[in-house]
Amino acid sequence: MIRIRELSKRLGSKQVLKDCDLDIESGETIVVLGPSGTGKSVLLKHIIGLMHPDLGSIEIEGENIVGMSEREINQVRKRFGMLFQGSALFDSMTVGENVGLSLREHTRMTDAEIARRVSERLEWVGLKDVEGMKPASLSGGMRKRAGLARAIAMDPQFILYDEPTTGLDPIMSDVINQLIRDLQRRMGVTSIVVTHDLISAYHVADRLAMLHGGKIVFSGTPDQVRATTDPMVRQFIEGSSTGPIQPV
Amino acid sequence: MAAEDLALRGFEYIRRRAFDWVADVGRVAMLLGDVCRFLVPGLRSMRLVVAQMEAIGVGSLWLVFVISLFTGAVAAVQAAYQFSNVVPLKYIGSVILRSVIIELGPVLTALVVGGRVGASIAAELGTMSVTEQIDALRAMAINPVRYLVVPRVVAAIIMMPVLTIFADAIAVFGGYVVSVTSIGVSTHTYVSALKQYFYYKDLFSGLLKAGFFGGIIGLMGCYHGFSTEGGAEGVGQATTRAVVAACVLVLISDYVLANVLFRFIFAS
Ligand SMILES: Nc1ncnc2c1ncn2[C@@H]1O[C@H](COP(=O)(O)OP(=O)(O)OP(=O)(O)O)[C@@H](O)[C@H]1O
Ligand SMILES: [Mg+2]
Repeated sequence: MIRIRELSKRLGSKQVLKDCDLDIESGETIVVLGPSGTGKSVLLKHIIGLMHPDLGSIEIEGENIVGMSEREINQVRKRFGMLFQGSALFDSMTVGENVGLSLREHTRMTDAEIARRVSERLEWVGLKDVEGMKPASLSGGMRKRAGLARAIAMDPQFILYDEPTTGLDPIMSDVINQLIRDLQRRMGVTSIVVTHDLISAYHVADRLAMLHGGKIVFSGTPDQVRATTDPMVRQFIEGSSTGPIQPV
Repeated sequence: MAAEDLALRGFEYIRRRAFDWVADVGRVAMLLGDVCRFLVPGLRSMRLVVAQMEAIGVGSLWLVFVISLFTGAVAAVQAAYQFSNVVPLKYIGSVILRSVIIELGPVLTALVVGGRVGASIAAELGTMSVTEQIDALRAMAINPVRYLVVPRVVAAIIMMPVLTIFADAIAVFGGYVVSVTSIGVSTHTYVSALKQYFYYKDLFSGLLKAGFFGGIIGLMGCYHGFSTEGGAEGVGQATTRAVVAACVLVLISDYVLANVLFRFIFAS
């Protein structure tokens, strides 16, 4: 499980995270909701050690990754897959090389085995015959899915999804939602999904959490969310511009 | 505005720049330390080094060719002018040869490669920084220094001497063409001056400097690429900084190396 305690991070003049606590059970899919610019991506980057908190701790199965050396944290990262909000595909490589990179770097698989795994994972995200293309010649939604294929190439135990369905058509969104569910069911993956897409959120979530003002202000099952009277959560899921969350 | 005020602001500016500069030096030293630490694991992916050698070396050939040809030609014209009535023209080949292999070849090649390769490394890594590709590498447990910096720095260190030998040859040839066609020195005279005054220590010093300059260029490109912030504008600024830093450091270290090589090691 992942246990986040009193995580605080200031970026520039903004206190992005402040005493943020969050627990994610093993095998669970948790969806993190929250207004734009509230620090959801920053939270994910802390969990995989790309950002270092000012205060607080992040325990991955009992190991605190805060203060670990880069070498130690790399051992933890090998169990993770991350989909970046902007896909972050390596634009000097082909899509196939992108998806196969960690296999090439961290496993002893042969080129043929890597090629097979790459096309399998691309198929999972609904992409076919794109291995030889450069990321620049893909559409935004295709790039997102290629990034997702890269994130799941190594059969990670934990997956961090930063807006997996943004920019996808409704049908493709459903394919991705199914995939997130399947990965959880078949491989027992623990996932954190950041999204603004409420259909997707209800579909994949065992639990939803809302990040606002640097902390998790609400957490509950999809049914609890539907039934809640918490004004902040209500405003968010109803999509209203008036309420406790001020759209500045 | 009071003069005092102005002086205070000037002082503040200098203080801040000095701090920035010291911080930069420290971070470059840290990057260099990392390059040494990841040198062996980085070299295990030889194909990355080879790809960079190709990008650096083959891509620069044409530019180095043109620059060297004209450098040799100009050296011949200038030598003839400065020799007039002082030194016999039969020595022209030796002057061109020695100034080219000790100084002009390595330094001009470094400035050209510094502009071209330093800029392209900084722009590439800078774009990778601002589009989260470096973060993506780290998230995949791939060390960016091992994967990106080591191949580029090593490739630059290997390719600079190779390009410099090429530049030396072309420049000497350029000098030969001018000497024979417009100064009136015979082929035999030019070539025998070359043979008489060729020293291996000159060539060795020139190539040693070239390798050193290669390291500077690669490191500056990578350092400024990695420290890029803020979109396309940031990439542009990083590129400029990388080229300026590379060229300035090449000239400064050239002076230092000249002292070390010719006043201590090869002093005689
Ligand atoms: N590298 C950085 N330097 C300075 N400030 C940053 C940096 N990264 C993020 N921030 C700030 O941190 C805050 C949170 O950013 P973050 O990207 O986590 O938002 P988000 O919740 O993911 O928003 P969105 O839903 O729009 O993706 C923003 O105010 C942003 O300006
Ligand atoms: Mg975000």
